[in-house]
Amino acid sequence: MNRFAYLRADDVGAAVRAVAADPSARFIAGGTNLVDLIKENVERPTRIVDITRLPLGEIGPGERGGLRIGALVKNSDLAYHPEVERRYPLLSRAILSGASAQLRNMASTGGNLMQRTRCSYFYDTTTPCNKREPGTGCAALGGFNRMHAILGASEQCIAVNPSDMSVALAALEAVVHVTGPEGDRAIAFAEFHRLPGDAPQLDTNLRQGELITAVELPALGFAEHHAYLKIRDRASYAFALVSVAAALELQGGTVTEARVALGGVAHKPWRDREAEALLVGRRVALEHFQRVADALLQGAVGRGANDFKIELARRAIVRALSHAAGRTSRDDARR
Amino acid sequence: MTTHVGERVSRVDGRAKVTGKARYAAEHAAPDLVHGFVIGSAVARGTITRIDASQALALPGVLQVFTHENAPRLARGDKRWRDELAPPGSPFRPLQDAEIRWSGQPIALVVADSLELARHAASLVRVEVAPAPHETDLEAHRERAYKPPPHERPSVTPPSRGSADKAFARAPVRVQAEYRVPVEHHNPMEPFATTVVVDEDGTLTVYDKTQGVQNVQSYLTTIFGAEAGEIRVLAPFVGGAFGSGLRPQYQVVLAVLAARQLQRSVRVALTRQQMFTIGHRPTTWQRLSLAATRDGALAAAIHEAVAETSRFEDYSETVVDWTGLMYRCDNVRFAHEVVALDLFTPMDMRAPGAMWGVYALECAMDELAVALAVDPLELRLINYAEHDGNEKRPYSSKELRACYHQAAERFGWSQRDPEPRSMRDGDLLVGWGMATGAWESTQRKASARAVLTADGRLAVASATEDIGTGTYTAMTQIAADALGLPLERVTFKLGDSALASAPVEGGSFTVASVGSAVDAVCRELRSKLLKLAQQLEGSPLARLRPEDVEFIGGLLRARADPSRALTFAEVLHRAGIDHLADEVTTRPSKAHEKYSRYTHSAAFAEVKVDPELGTIRVTRVVTAIAGGRVINPKTAESQVIGSVVWGIGAALQEHSVIDHALGRFITHNLADYHVPVHADVPDIEVILVEERDEIVNALGAKGLGEIGVVAVAPAIANAVWHATGKRIRELPITLDKLL
Ligand SMILES: Cc1cc2nc3c(=O)[nH]c(=O)nc-3n(C[C@H](O)[C@H](O)[C@H](O)COP(=O)(O)OP(=O)(O)OC[C@H]3O[C@@H](n4cnc5c(N)ncnc54)[C@H](O)[C@@H]3O)c2cc1C
Repeated sequence: MNRFAYLRADDVGAAVRAVAADPSARFIAGGTNLVDLIKENVERPTRIVDITRLPLGEIGPGERGGLRIGALVKNSDLAYHPEVERRYPLLSRAILSGASAQLRNMASTGGNLMQRTRCSYFYDTTTPCNKREPGTGCAALGGFNRMHAILGASEQCIAVNPSDMSVALAALEAVVHVTGPEGDRAIAFAEFHRLPGDAPQLDTNLRQGELITAVELPALGFAEHHAYLKIRDRASYAFALVSVAAALELQGGTVTEARVALGGVAHKPWRDREAEALLVGRRVALEHFQRVADALLQGAVGRGANDFKIELARRAIVRALSHAAGRTSRDDARR
Repeated sequence: MTTHVGERVSRVDGRAKVTGKARYAAEHAAPDLVHGFVIGSAVARGTITRIDASQALALPGVLQVFTHENAPRLARGDKRWRDELAPPGSPFRPLQDAEIRWSGQPIALVVADSLELARHAASLVRVEVAPAPHETDLEAHRERAYKPPPHERPSVTPPSRGSADKAFARAPVRVQAEYRVPVEHHNPMEPFATTVVVDEDGTLTVYDKTQGVQNVQSYLTTIFGAEAGEIRVLAPFVGGAFGSGLRPQYQVVLAVLAARQLQRSVRVALTRQQMFTIGHRPTTWQRLSLAATRDGALAAAIHEAVAETSRFEDYSETVVDWTGLMYRCDNVRFAHEVVALDLFTPMDMRAPGAMWGVYALECAMDELAVALAVDPLELRLINYAEHDGNEKRPYSSKELRACYHQAAERFGWSQRDPEPRSMRDGDLLVGWGMATGAWESTQRKASARAVLTADGRLAVASATEDIGTGTYTAMTQIAADALGLPLERVTFKLGDSALASAPVEGGSFTVASVGSAVDAVCRELRSKLLKLAQQLEGSPLARLRPEDVEFIGGLLRARADPSRALTFAEVLHRAGIDHLADEVTTRPSKAHEKYSRYTHSAAFAEVKVDPELGTIRVTRVVTAIAGGRVINPKTAESQVIGSVVWGIGAALQEHSVIDHALGRFITHNLADYHVPVHADVPDIEVILVEERDEIVNALGAKGLGEIGVVAVAPAIANAVWHATGKRIRELPITLDKLL
């Protein structure tokens, strides 16, 4: 824990300026992640800019028929919002499978996207960690890596992104709106988080000082055929070993659109459009789901304690797709 | 006559707890209080070559950074550092030398005006260490195992009997398997903390989180070379401990050291992460070899165990004895050894020894039942031990058969299809498993003092603890009944080293030990009061025999004629005294030596397993406990429900993972170290079986704090086998092991 200056921002511009000017400045929203990291000396910001008074707490219609979610909307408010429950139940379920009620009441939409990995070594400053301290090595590689990545990792870092909400947002192809020192930009969800490569200290493609102002959901919400399956070591209040957001559009039992995003397996929510495309034009059937699973997991590598995740993910994908396909009364009647 | 013992009395301290009036160790205030933050070592072994605290000390508000270089030299010699529960060896002495013995060992204490500042300053202290190679892997170093010197009497492994190896080789039905269990940390809700208040006369009032105020008090007095009256230790409320508070923890030494050096009141509280740098339940390797005749009678039993200890103390627990105790068998061999590793000394943790030993035994019994094709419960009944085969003596009482029958009946065990994978709930596999539990019932020497005042109130006190177990309530009930007072007129005081002496709160012996003393001292007051009453001029109770007088509602009253009565207040008033007081010490009776004293349990568990994903849910647990007389069924059931939750955690979740390359616990927080959450806890049904025991103590109470946990993990492990057909012989049973 270090000493820091605290600043409460009154408008977006001031917040952005305050953080852009100082590479070790951080925004703070719910504080449920940042404060822990400060206490453990993992983050040592010199300046903390409180954004909770900014007018970013609304949920309203988006530009293209979707929904625009302010960055400060609390996770619980988002999950229980009637429009979200009706049009984007996948998102609702993903959020509610994460953390605890108390944490969700504090956690913000922007903060959730920015939460850092739960790698035990990242959190323990006595151990080597390239993400925390570039160049020191990765203790997880040969260590306790049960929770770690099987896809898209590098020899520098095998940490995973822990967010549940992000997995649903990846499947829904949300857009992240940010304001930075150079103005506004919109980032496609797939481009928001990054793989570790040789710069594992960077979790996202956000630049210093850029503030998330909103997350926009497209009109297509997969309200009829979706599933969020989270597999973890206890029934609640645990990060995912593997999670799957599955979303399907079906016409007469044939898939017209398919999305599968995986959580707990990579440095970012994992998607593979080519794998998803294998389903399009096919009828709902287990063998097709298995083929998608195999394709998605092509190139998966275990690191010892997490070897099991490859097979677990395979089964979870098939299960989630089956649930998604089965989740309508029409479908049930037909089968 | 109203009695309170045996009634579902709510906790007398419940209101104080839920309103925040109950203060815990880190919640006591003092003027000018300063805060200490502990710096732990980053490596498991080595020597500190340099500590540079200059940056920390340069901050305004930082008072001192204590290290081995500037801390006062405390007592010399191992003996002085041995607290009441220290195992043989050389206890750890904080800040007394440059040596690092385990990762996380406290190597400095930063003291500052505020906690935040102390924590910040701690991050600025530079420590240089010459590391030495460490060994933290039990499996990798099993060949270094040795027989530990005896600690307390019960942990001396009993002699083997018969010729187990020969009998095993000859028997027609045999099972042999190895079982592995991890390190667990106690993780009570309240982390360890100490607030030392320096009083005006220089004496220290130490608010400590502990299970034994007098143990801590004598330890501190000895190591600091203080006068007996100089240090007083208080722990009126303890937020759980489970054994972790049996020995003084290092933060109490650091806090007192700082307070004495600075002559300031000091608080030192450990963080949750630092709670993984103290004692733990040791990882243990076991091999069970069981053989039986075709009709299921045990022909041989061999129980071998190798557990971990530290390099500096020989901690050992009762792991293997249970196999010779719980079933009838003439050929038994025990082997219990330890391996010294570069970890902190393990500590007793709820049902130490039995937790792991009975787990292995009860899983092996399940495997034997399968090999014999007999029902697991039937196998236990076939081999039921009518007497203690280890000690060759009868049990003081043993209602285990009633436990089996009542719990099996409630659970519906007779409906079980013995075939694994045969029972289903939709797509889920259903498994039913059972196991037996046993735990020792002991009584220790204990004292209690009672004062009856002229206003008809009774104040009883003893230096015991209430670690959430319900001691306040049980003692109040016992005292109230002994004098026929309503509960509201009785107070019980504990958690103060200045009170009448009591053993640590542990081993499930508090009710038996302190309860006996409370009962005895109140009965003593009762006789005194009656004598006084009968001596009064014109006493309405004159010449009545004691059994003809009843004590009820603050009255002494002739049984035959309720109009002949006196209030307690009247008696004292007319006798011209303002109070009656006494102190009594009770000890176990001679009969103890002739009997084995144990509590018993049976647990039946149902699990549902997803056959593809491997996820396991415990959906039902029924457990029956025979623990002698139950003083308070409500708090007793709480203890057992909590124990079952512990058993679920041990079976499926708890695991302090050591990174052997770093020599360090790496799951050192409650996000990585899982314990059950509400969603993991199913319907738990507790049956308290009636058991009369006139040997254990005058109250007939055997203790219920630990027995509830013993049978749960093996019952669940056996249920997982029944559901899946897979024997997972390594705890915790996580889903990856079933894939
Ligand atoms: C015990 C525990 C269990 C948890 N379990 C889960 C779980 O199972 N699943 C899950 O998904 N999550 C889980 N979480 C994580 C939780 O979801 C996150 O902590 C939370 O979403 C973070 O939101 P916040 O507003 O509190 O962020 P803060 O802690 O305030 O900030 C986190 C980071 O985001 C940055 N930030 C915040 N807002 C913005 C913004 N608008 N623009 C740019 N940067 C911003 C901050 O600078 C900081 O770096 C758990 C957390 C805890 C403590």
